[in-house]
Amino acid sequence: MLLGRTANGLYWMTRYIERVENMARIVDAGLRLALTRTDSSADEWASVVLSAGVEQAFRERHDEYTADTVSDFLLRDVTNPSSVLSSIETARSNARMVRTALTRETWESINEAWMTCRRMLASPIDQRELPKILDAIKRETALIRGAFHGTMLRNEIFDFAQLGIYVERADNTARILDVKYYVLLPSISWVGSSLDNYQWESILRSVSAHRSYRWVYEADYKPTNIADFLILNRRMPRSLAYCYQMIAESLAYLAEDYGERHACHGTLEEIRGRLKPGSITSIFDVGLHEFLRDFIRSNNRLGNEVAENYRFF
Amino acid sequence: MVAFDEMRPQGNGLRHPYSGYDGWFQSQDPARLTEKMQDAERVFRRTGITFAVYGEQEAAERLIPFDIVPRIISGAEWRRLTQGIEQRVQALNAFLDDIYHRQEILRAGRIPRELIAGNAAFLPEMIGVRPPAGVYTHIIGVDIVRTAENEFFVLEDNARTPSGVSYMIENRETMMQLFPELFQMVKVRPVENYPQLLRQSLSAVAPRSANGAPTVAVLTPGSYNSAYFEHAFLADQMGVELVEGHDLRVVDGHVAMRTTQGYKQIDVLYRRVDDDYLDPLTFNPDSALGVPGIMDVFRAGNITIANAPGTGIADDKAIYSYMPEIVEFYTGRKAILGNIPTWRCSEPDSLKYVLEHLDELVVKEVHGSGGYGMLVGPTASKKECEAFAAKLKAKPSNYIAQPTLALSTCPILTEKGLAPRHVDLRPFVLVSDRIRIVPGGLTRVALKEGSLVVNSSQGGGTKDTWVLDD
Repeated sequence: MLLGRTANGLYWMTRYIERVENMARIVDAGLRLALTRTDSSADEWASVVLSAGVEQAFRERHDEYTADTVSDFLLRDVTNPSSVLSSIETARSNARMVRTALTRETWESINEAWMTCRRMLASPIDQRELPKILDAIKRETALIRGAFHGTMLRNEIFDFAQLGIYVERADNTARILDVKYYVLLPSISWVGSSLDNYQWESILRSVSAHRSYRWVYEADYKPTNIADFLILNRRMPRSLAYCYQMIAESLAYLAEDYGERHACHGTLEEIRGRLKPGSITSIFDVGLHEFLRDFIRSNNRLGNEVAENYRFF
Repeated sequence: MVAFDEMRPQGNGLRHPYSGYDGWFQSQDPARLTEKMQDAERVFRRTGITFAVYGEQEAAERLIPFDIVPRIISGAEWRRLTQGIEQRVQALNAFLDDIYHRQEILRAGRIPRELIAGNAAFLPEMIGVRPPAGVYTHIIGVDIVRTAENEFFVLEDNARTPSGVSYMIENRETMMQLFPELFQMVKVRPVENYPQLLRQSLSAVAPRSANGAPTVAVLTPGSYNSAYFEHAFLADQMGVELVEGHDLRVVDGHVAMRTTQGYKQIDVLYRRVDDDYLDPLTFNPDSALGVPGIMDVFRAGNITIANAPGTGIADDKAIYSYMPEIVEFYTGRKAILGNIPTWRCSEPDSLKYVLEHLDELVVKEVHGSGGYGMLVGPTASKKECEAFAAKLKAKPSNYIAQPTLALSTCPILTEKGLAPRHVDLRPFVLVSDRIRIVPGGLTRVALKEGSLVVNSSQGGGTKDTWVLDD
């Protein structure tokens, strides 16, 4: 038995923790790209902002895409609800609200991450410190994940938290791919230039997949392989297929525990149908951009249905 | 003004309850103790044991300073205290039942009628309502001060929603983490079973309509409330749901909470929301913190609300001065625990006296709490006194005055070693089919040298309170 409000708090708590980590990773990938390619770094920072899905809000605050403006906006600007600082604040206030559902270890790791982020991001970022700060943010979220997975009972509380993690993560991976989808399309004329290599690596890096990619494919970067890896690979923890495998698991447990299936279960089946192994060519045939856009929409719908079906409000 | 020190009273050497502790303390390295003090702060910060201070935007969450020197009470002292407390809470509940039914005490002329009729803390909605098991105030925090070896006084009866019990438990937890060896040398009675006792106590007063094991829940105003940590802590420790008003609604004549599987009936609601906000249909219509219609369910006897609405009339500061009469009226015996002499400013003679002696007295608002809106005459400036006198003259019935008591002191650890500071004590009392008092309580300590204000909102701290197993 769980309060609807508690389920809601758990779901958003983990969504925002996931967002903190994703934001740090996106900035990290952008930093990397800006360091390796000095000629068009403004473009790169602009695409970082696009990947983060906060373009409009950014433009209202800044005129230029630079390392300073972008990292400030994505990491510490509290007027940006998705910045690391805002997200950790939201995550913690949700955690506080559902505190009775969390183990002491989990709560403390979130509270400590909040304290660390607030301290680190209290004053404007010195670019020389940026790599260190990004590392620290990722470390804090890793600690939360460790505490959470190591101590939480696998029950409905765990399931709603899992749903938050993977809905957010799927959204993030899909968005990163969508921002750079044209880089992955074989038809564009400059394919094969060294420029693309950087771009491809950047995509992989922003989901921490640049090393694991090589373990799986050994060869050079190939657009279809990258897309296949991030969309359909079931063993890649940030791929859409993996996220939906985890979402499916949690929704199946909830259906079993409560003895009741809802609309969200139907949506889940429908989305999973689009993520069948070996279907990457047909995805490209439909259009990668169209595929991703539809996915992002369906993923949102699933989130809303979960909220409604389990009486979050 | 010389205060009684509970460890080393002037000219009398070490008091017996402290002998075990003192032996240990003398053998400690001062540097290590300072380190332990910092450890304690880290523990509190990490676990998020914080409180919010109203009116402060910055630093919205603060720690209540914790002092690592325990306040120690002997078993014999404690037994005497508990007798007085039990008598007092029995009288409080009897008074509430009487005042909302036959009002015998008014008929007998023991307290003036206008004190009840014109009092905002008296809820006409409660007239003729008898809560399940006949208990009105289930959880009481009695504030007690000491002035000498054998002199204890009740400063306030908190019969509405007393807070601070989580600090009692966490302070002990912290002390046991910091100084495990100390607890092997000195036998201290445990306080950590309070949440279990609370749950048993609440379950015992469930309405008859509860099927099987009653469902208990804690109602909080939300995570922005100053005592939210405590609400979450108690719900967690009792293993019950922590609910907010918008989680609840009235379904088929019962209060129910919205769960991921639909609505589930609640039998006992430990509410930490004030009367005013409890039911927008009965009280403040703008309240979003309460449950529309809960009062109807309550009147129908289908839910236990702890504490019941309207208990504020029993701990009202204007009623306080009549407590000795109230105790005697309902228990037939003299009050074991004394009251502090109190001037009711509503009475012209008293007002005159108070205005003439403002610099010696503590003046409090009748309905105030938390140390807000009070004047401590001896430490106030002339200007503050004059400003307060104006308020007092404008609305005398809003104030009571008490002599500035020489509150007892206990040592705290400062940079220069032990130093005495004034303390009070809030033991927590649970009333159901019987009365349970956990051996200990919350000791609040004024950290500023010479200060008599122990409220956490005014810079007070807390200490672990030991009742010895002797």
